[in-house]
Amino acid sequence: MINRRKFLAGLSLPAMAAIARDSNAAAKIWQPGELAEGAVDTAILEALPGKVPLIKRAYRPPNYETPVDYFREPITRNDAFFVRYHLSGIPTVDLKTWSIKVRGDAAGPGLTLDMAKLRKDFRPVELVAVCQCSGNRRGMFSPHVQGVEWGVGAMGNAKWTGVRLKDVLEKAGITDKAVEIAFNGADGPAIQTTPDFVKTIPVQKAMDDNTIIAFEMNGKPLPHWNGFPARLIVAGWTGTYWMKHLTDIEVRSTPLTNFWMATAYRVPAQLFTNADPFPTQLAPASKPITDIVINSLVTSIHDGDRVKRGQMVDVAGVAWDGGRGIRDVEVSTDGGSSWVLAQLGKDYGNYSFRTFMHKFRVPAEGSPVVMVRAYNNRGDTQVEKLVFNGAGYHHNVVPHIHLEVA
Amino acid sequence: MRIAALAAIALLPVAATLVAAGEEKIVLKKGPGVDLVRKDCVSCHSLDYIPLNTPFLDQKGWEATVAKMQKAYGAPIPPEDAAPIAEYLAKNYGKR
Repeated sequence: MINRRKFLAGLSLPAMAAIARDSNAAAKIWQPGELAEGAVDTAILEALPGKVPLIKRAYRPPNYETPVDYFREPITRNDAFFVRYHLSGIPTVDLKTWSIKVRGDAAGPGLTLDMAKLRKDFRPVELVAVCQCSGNRRGMFSPHVQGVEWGVGAMGNAKWTGVRLKDVLEKAGITDKAVEIAFNGADGPAIQTTPDFVKTIPVQKAMDDNTIIAFEMNGKPLPHWNGFPARLIVAGWTGTYWMKHLTDIEVRSTPLTNFWMATAYRVPAQLFTNADPFPTQLAPASKPITDIVINSLVTSIHDGDRVKRGQMVDVAGVAWDGGRGIRDVEVSTDGGSSWVLAQLGKDYGNYSFRTFMHKFRVPAEGSPVVMVRAYNNRGDTQVEKLVFNGAGYHHNVVPHIHLEVA
Repeated sequence: MRIAALAAIALLPVAATLVAAGEEKIVLKKGPGVDLVRKDCVSCHSLDYIPLNTPFLDQKGWEATVAKMQKAYGAPIPPEDAAPIAEYLAKNYGKR
């Protein structure tokens, strides 16, 4: 499909900010051609306090998406990092009174941590990792499914600094009865009857070296909208587990059965068979979403872009997965008849975006159709055809980018 | 975190502010039921969620959505409002 709604592509970032001040900006935001009409019509560039203008999907609770041009860099800027909340009670946390309580029937004596203790009592670690909303690209589903109709930008890649969750749990005295660790943040529902957003991860994932409590993002304190003063980083897993404004850690001997675990954020049991396990949350028909599927995003060109005969064209972007690491990125410029390996950029670790680049010359005849597929070190690759699921998760379809030859 | 607990740890609840900046720009289509939508849906979310999810839900889809808001999210929608709300949504924001 040729997408004729384009717009920020090709503009520099300052130009993009200038456009954002234009109240007619909606028509100028590049959005995937697959989005439903309503998702395109309601999207406008708006800046939350402390953020550059992002693509507004919903005001309250705030859901704002990062425009594609920011993914031209491997690390996503803090002020351009996407914002996603389920519930609209979002407090401004006062660091002077904030703490994390570690407790529960499998926690042992437990622990209370303020920021000073968090920084002083544990060995700091750094990790570059992709935070991606489970529903990123939901708006591109066919048929469309209900929810926040995200395009490609409900994700970001940052260097997180914090302490290992494992070290905190061990200091608290975690016992061998622990099966799940539950996390709660300072944000909550607008009304008392809505279930508070509380999530668990299996104890195996909690004890992983790459699961951390982060208090810095790209060397700065976490932005308010991304979980100040501390959030959970569950490297490799989708954003639903990355609890923001973390205040409470419950070490449980039993599975949590709230709405957010038992009903939401689940996929059909028979799909995504390669996914990381979550043994205590299996149901006959469904299982929790866990790790991020292998994926890539082309940032240099978009469907419907015009090119000239003989012109050199960059096919550049980022690839990522749930932690196996990117092995290869393949590019086709002839609609999938032949494929070549793209050049990979700097390796920031298995949980990070990996940049890729391939240059090609527009041929003397025909219109190029550019396709890109990433492979991870396990051999997983992107799908040709959408693996449909009603919640709109794991869209990693190989794109067909049609270029129009002028 | 429950709202009641927020005060206890001395956080500043912005939750008291009902609407977010920008929401005043949202315009819903006129029609029977729009007043019920404005009354019953805004306590938890801005109304742009409605046009955002357009136009692919049919009457059943919007009925299921209203039911989900009531049952899963505990939305304070009076029982007699549910049907006219779903009807308004299907008619004005439904599958074409």
